Amino acid sequence: MDASLILRVSAPLLLWVPMAVSAYLLVRGHNEPGGGFVGGLVASAGLVFYAISRGQGAALRAMRLPPASWCGIGLLLGLGSGLLAWIDPSAGYLTHRWWFPDIGFKLPIGTALVFDIGVYLTVIGTITAMVFALLGEEAA
Amino acid sequence: MSALHPFLLLIPLAAGLVAACVAARLDGRRGAVLGCGAAGLGFVCYLAMIAAVAGAEPPPAAAFWAVPSLGIAGGLRLDGLSLLFALLITGIGALVLLYAGRYLKADPRLNRLVVLLMVFMVAMLGAVTADDVVTLFVFWELTSIASFFLVAHDHEKPGARRAALQALLVTGGGGLALLAGLVLVAIAAGTTSISGIVAAREAVLAHPAAVPAMLLVILGCFTKSAQFPFHFWLPNAMAAPTPVSAYLHSATMVKLGVYLLARLNPVWQEDALWQGLLTWTGLLTAATGAVLALRETDLKRVLAYTTVTALGTLVLLIGLAPELSATAAVTFLLVHALYKAALFLIAGILDHETGSRDASALGGLRGAMPWTATAAVLAALSMAGLPPFVGFVAKEIVYEAKLAAGGAAGVVAAIGFAVNAAMVAVAGLLSLRIFFGARRPTPAVPHDPPKSMLAGPILLAGFGLLAGIAPGLVGHWMLDGAATAILGRPVEVPLKLWHGFTPVLALSAATIGLGLLILLGWERLMPRLRRVSTFDSHGPSRGYEHALAGLVAWAEGTTRAVQHGSLRGYMRVLLLVLAIAPLAVLLARGGLDRPAEGALDPRAFAFGVIVLGAIAAALARSTFAAVMALGLVGFGTALVFLMFGAPDVALTQFTVEVLLVVILATVLIRLPIRGTDTRTRGQRAGDAGVALLLGGSVAALLMAVLAAPFDPRLGAWFGETSVPAGHGRNVVNVILVDFRALDTLGEIAVLAIAAFAVIALLRGAARPLRPGN
Amino acid sequence: MDAMFALTVGVLVAAAAWLLLARDLLRGLLGFVLLGTGANLTIFAAGRTGTMVPPLVPPGAEALAADAANALPQALVLTAIVIGFGLAAFALVLVMRAHAAFGTVSAEEMDEAERPDDAAAPAPAPAAAVAGRKEAA
Repeated sequence: MDASLILRVSAPLLLWVPMAVSAYLLVRGHNEPGGGFVGGLVASAGLVFYAISRGQGAALRAMRLPPASWCGIGLLLGLGSGLLAWIDPSAGYLTHRWWFPDIGFKLPIGTALVFDIGVYLTVIGTITAMVFALLGEEAA
Repeated sequence: MSALHPFLLLIPLAAGLVAACVAARLDGRRGAVLGCGAAGLGFVCYLAMIAAVAGAEPPPAAAFWAVPSLGIAGGLRLDGLSLLFALLITGIGALVLLYAGRYLKADPRLNRLVVLLMVFMVAMLGAVTADDVVTLFVFWELTSIASFFLVAHDHEKPGARRAALQALLVTGGGGLALLAGLVLVAIAAGTTSISGIVAAREAVLAHPAAVPAMLLVILGCFTKSAQFPFHFWLPNAMAAPTPVSAYLHSATMVKLGVYLLARLNPVWQEDALWQGLLTWTGLLTAATGAVLALRETDLKRVLAYTTVTALGTLVLLIGLAPELSATAAVTFLLVHALYKAALFLIAGILDHETGSRDASALGGLRGAMPWTATAAVLAALSMAGLPPFVGFVAKEIVYEAKLAAGGAAGVVAAIGFAVNAAMVAVAGLLSLRIFFGARRPTPAVPHDPPKSMLAGPILLAGFGLLAGIAPGLVGHWMLDGAATAILGRPVEVPLKLWHGFTPVLALSAATIGLGLLILLGWERLMPRLRRVSTFDSHGPSRGYEHALAGLVAWAEGTTRAVQHGSLRGYMRVLLLVLAIAPLAVLLARGGLDRPAEGALDPRAFAFGVIVLGAIAAALARSTFAAVMALGLVGFGTALVFLMFGAPDVALTQFTVEVLLVVILATVLIRLPIRGTDTRTRGQRAGDAGVALLLGGSVAALLMAVLAAPFDPRLGAWFGETSVPAGHGRNVVNVILVDFRALDTLGEIAVLAIAAFAVIALLRGAARPLRPGN
Repeated sequence: MDAMFALTVGVLVAAAAWLLLARDLLRGLLGFVLLGTGANLTIFAAGRTGTMVPPLVPPGAEALAADAANALPQALVLTAIVIGFGLAAFALVLVMRAHAAFGTVSAEEMDEAERPDDAAAPAPAPAAAVAGRKEAA
């Protein structure tokens, strides 16, 4: 690869810092600016930079699963998160359920977060799939 | 008279349909026998109804189906005219099916032919017994479609396909005219019922569209009944197997136009245009058919042209107003159906048994085929109009009708005389020349065909003789009712074989004399007529070919103009429409509008960035610079989102822009894509005009939107319910993952599909897009 | 501010149209992206703009402040941006495939290479040109 020394050295930072930021954006998204779309885009940007500096193979190894699988898992999470809605038969599909277990403070847990994680994974899968395909085409 | 139960009229149709369905699963010969049985059952049914129909006031129609919202009530009704047709359709149909089972016994497609013949028969019965114009039209078109498949029976032969298509286009085109005409008539009359239309004739005639309606109906009937100048499809349709020609092209389908003209005659019979058009077109058609018949040697084409003549004569007779002509028309209709079907079947027998149907090559077959010869002579005598055949009765009354035609009687009778003489000659050709005289060698050893093929010609020709001996009986039971329907008032013209020595009889004798003279001179006349190439080079058939070629050329031209394949051309049209449509709406609503303007604030900076980036992207010389400018627009947009209270959107826009620019730049660096603008100055000016128009149009549209009052309730509702129902303070995120989660699910599915498509596309990159590249 | 917003979108769309009309597919792609941005801004503006307050419910409150921005167009635009990116990437792949197949990104030249019915005489010429260009590249 012809990536510069600076880029190569800073690559791990370029991968993990965006990953951490994206996870933060994802989790807080329901109450503050952020969410699955933004988080997914930031994570993808990190992976793309990592791929440019270290090569696609390294990025794919960091991802563990092929991008298409990330898409699939994300879609399934999104689809599945709506099924719990049927605990209440009168509620429509994708009506999110919430629980507030009291652990010193009320921790909000809801299927909305599962849905948002689904969005997050799908966005990462899509963008990495496309960009890797494009960059791989040129490398070839 | 006993009232006829309307449901009885469904029996023949149902029998035909059931037989067609069953025959589809049988082998061809059994199917033919079954079809013959069903047609025979229908024939018996109609025979049993003769007494109920004859002389009685026709029973009211019964509605079997209805489309109330369109004012359509469809039903069947049987009066004298319908009955005459129904008897011909079922009677000849039974004989033809019997014949076809034998004639095409070696043909693997016999089964299909039989089913199609049954479908055709049902369609014909439906058309002639329908009491409303919509039902009639549906069945009418069904006959055209069935005819298309029947003519194209030998679909491996290009000639058969061409002929089938020609018949379909001519009759189908006429069918469209007919549909328009019938709709106009139905609107004028306020009903779709045919009896209702006849009853409302005053209203129809007074309607402003009366003349166009009449002309359209006439056009439809003329194409179906092969009137000049649409006669050419009929001889060409002889590409069909002989049983099909015998059934469709002599006795039934081609008479459907005549049927409808007769059916609607009560409405327009006193209209001078109606009378004139029918009379003169009929006469011209009769003369054309007679001349062209004498040019042909192929027996089937000879017969086809004589059918054209007969159809012309029928139309002529309907156009002549008085009672005599109505009776003459129905008499001739019956007579012609009998002898012409018989002669077609005989032509098929000759073809089948001798291997040739060339009139000039056959001769002296009487000894080898005695039964065929008998049937041929009987039918030909009827055709020539010799006593005591029913053809004589018909010719006498036709002459009487023509002589009584009023002003133009002389012309009509003179041309009729010549035409009849030609018919006598053709009749002689088909009987005397082929079966008598010197025996000529034939490709196959001739002998009489099996009984199932002889039954048709013998029965049809024999009935012609019987009806001639007792014409009054046929006239009373079958023809008076039909003539009554044509005129719309009771008719009773007693038919007699012998009128005494009248001028008409002298005319008949002269006709036969002239006909025999033509027959004697046929061998010299025929080649001369053939050499007159004007018929071929300037006939309507050539016109049809030109029209068809022109249509194809026009379609090709239009396709080339609209589907020119130039991406830029498409884009221009799209963008222009996109620009003009909103402008037109805005201007139509009362001019441009602009929102109330507040003070400028520092946020204008973000707009400046966007404008700068956009202009730079448009004007950049290198693609790389344009990509950078694109990035500038993206960041400006992110700034706008941020400064107008949309941090989520701003973040998204920002990340996407980074990714996009990085990808585009990477691709550009690695791939030497050099895009150069090769547009001419004029093209650039035009494109700039389109671009500026679109930009102005969108800006004006947005200004108009922003100037309009806004209903904030939806946004407010999300703001109020986000926390209580969605447990989230970021309203945008709650909308995305909760309120509109199904939408979001769809959107991420689209994203995933796009990703898979990209993967698939690049996986296929190893293979060339097109062979040869 | 509204009129300025509208004018900005107008300029953006005009630039997009100008790029779309170029014969170069890559420029067309840039025009496509700009057009998408213009559409997003239009949707955003149609939900009314002006305030700088984001649609976030303050902690402890039950409902959005009255002066907060309209959240619905923001949600619509947010997904539209991501989808627009997906489409742009897809289009870019198509352009590159076209470049690989025809050796050009000019729509007009591809048009010539694609027309089989004019194959009478000049048919081999574009193919040869493509091959030549490929070698040069």
